[in-house]
Amino acid sequence: MSKAEIVSWYRIYEMFRFESFHMYGVIGTAVVLGVIFVLTMKILRVRSFRGNPIDYAVKKKSAFRYIIGGTIFGLGWAMTGACPGPMFVLLGKGVFTILIVIFGAVLGTFLYGVLRDKLPH
Amino acid sequence: MEWILEPWPWYVAGIGIAVVMVVLMLFEKSFGVSSNLRSICSILGAGYCSDFFKFNWRAQVWNLTFIVGSIIGGFIAHQYLTTDHSIDLNPKTQAALVEKGIENPGSTFLPDEIFGTESAFTAKGFLFLLIGGVLVGFGTRYAGGCTSGHAITGLSNLQLPSLIAVIGFFIGGLVMTHFILPFII
Repeated sequence: MSKAEIVSWYRIYEMFRFESFHMYGVIGTAVVLGVIFVLTMKILRVRSFRGNPIDYAVKKKSAFRYIIGGTIFGLGWAMTGACPGPMFVLLGKGVFTILIVIFGAVLGTFLYGVLRDKLPH
Repeated sequence: MEWILEPWPWYVAGIGIAVVMVVLMLFEKSFGVSSNLRSICSILGAGYCSDFFKFNWRAQVWNLTFIVGSIIGGFIAHQYLTTDHSIDLNPKTQAALVEKGIENPGSTFLPDEIFGTESAFTAKGFLFLLIGGVLVGFGTRYAGGCTSGHAITGLSNLQLPSLIAVIGFFIGGLVMTHFILPFII
């Protein structure tokens, strides 16, 4: 993630201004390959290393939580230029102020857990 | 071996991410980083405040390992595999950032005006990073996943909810970048 600069705040900013193909290339390649891999695995009924059928984690049907939750995440993503994975990569790179963001993310997750029953899903 | 020190092209990262996802599937795991934030809450004792955090986080230890790996990977990439820490930004993006008061955009991975110790420990800078983090944490759990869980794993499996979530990511990101950030950086 570090080597392809996808942990850079600038890359995320550039992506949301549609001024670079870079991030779309990264996500696009991953998704296109991912679709091909998953379809192939399904058709060939590939089993896991332990010999069990693979759980493809079907997401629960709903639109509200995905659009609202997604939008809230998007706001934070564009602010900090980091989604949960890159936060930790940045920590490894010695960006210690990212700890404030990580602390915030843990706090946000905690708030969701506490408020969950009161939120529409 | 020169290539290893150069910035890697987008398709290398894309292929890497897809391979990580498939390998995790073959090990009966799923690729989703934000679930770790929930595990961290549980470990810190959040189960006392909400049933949402009462689950067996020990079964998620493999995923926490992913975080440890990310930290180590970031360290190695930074210390040993990167000679030039500048980002080759679109000149238009660069110009827009200069206009907003960011000095030398792209000369390092992150803008000092946001992540530098000096700015991060002013009240405004601290709140900026904290609120950004809270939005990420709250949003991912509300949506049930982040970039890895929805945009990569969900879309690879052609899940409509994930597509909706990704559209949400972009609505939020575009609103922040174009309508909110100009006033707060």
